Amino acid sequence: MQDTPYRVTSEPLDERLARAAVAGAAAGAVTVFTGTVRNHNAGHRVLWIDYEAYAPLAVKTFERIGDEVRERWPDVRLAIHHRTGRVEIGDASVVIAAASAHRADAFAVCRYAIERVKQIAPIWKHEHLEDGAVWVEGATADPDDRGAVDTALQRACT
Amino acid sequence: MHVSIRLFARLRELAGADEIEQTLPAPATAQDAWDALARERPALAPYARTISCAVNETYARLTTPLKDGDVVAFLPPVSGGCGIRDAGCGIRDEGSGMRD
Repeated sequence: MQDTPYRVTSEPLDERLARAAVAGAAAGAVTVFTGTVRNHNAGHRVLWIDYEAYAPLAVKTFERIGDEVRERWPDVRLAIHHRTGRVEIGDASVVIAAASAHRADAFAVCRYAIERVKQIAPIWKHEHLEDGAVWVEGATADPDDRGAVDTALQRACT
Repeated sequence: MHVSIRLFARLRELAGADEIEQTLPAPATAQDAWDALARERPALAPYARTISCAVNETYARLTTPLKDGDVVAFLPPVSGGCGIRDAGCGIRDEGSGMRD
């Protein structure tokens, strides 16, 4: 479990586990991105968020994102850990770690991976507000959509 | 043929089930499975143009042919990660759809 690069878990996320999964003597830079649950969205106060995942497909999707990363950044190591279930304000919903010889690639891969997670990971947010709950629906997931890959690359590399 | 359908998030709530056994005349595609499902549960129909699908835990096209025993998942638009800068919209639960 310690070094698992791709995980979907109902347990609280530990940034150190994602970091450990990518660490190595060849790394000159490790970037860790942590997405946290914030207390407001679109003018509403958010109490907590329930994350629902199709776990086996989500892990496969993270592996696919890893393959995409390897194709473009062959020397970067990547880890993606995503939480499911009730996540409180301030707690981590996702942790992404990237390790590379040089910092530019580590930053770029972290950004690329979170963009791809948002585009294609089969995970849904159920926001609990003061006056009810809301399903957040973003992108129709299509892993083969080149336009989405290009958008993610653009955000990662500019 | 018999296939097992998995539903998630708002689709699961609208259908009132996360797992549905569906009988389809062969040959059938994932689209045929969706059409049969949405016929029996019209509340799902508005999602026809925004769903993704997976067959046996792998992303698939709606044109993918199905085999007896396949597990077909229909996925509403996703919203993992964090923040929703690019996201479309929030959809308010109604009545029994609410989880809490």
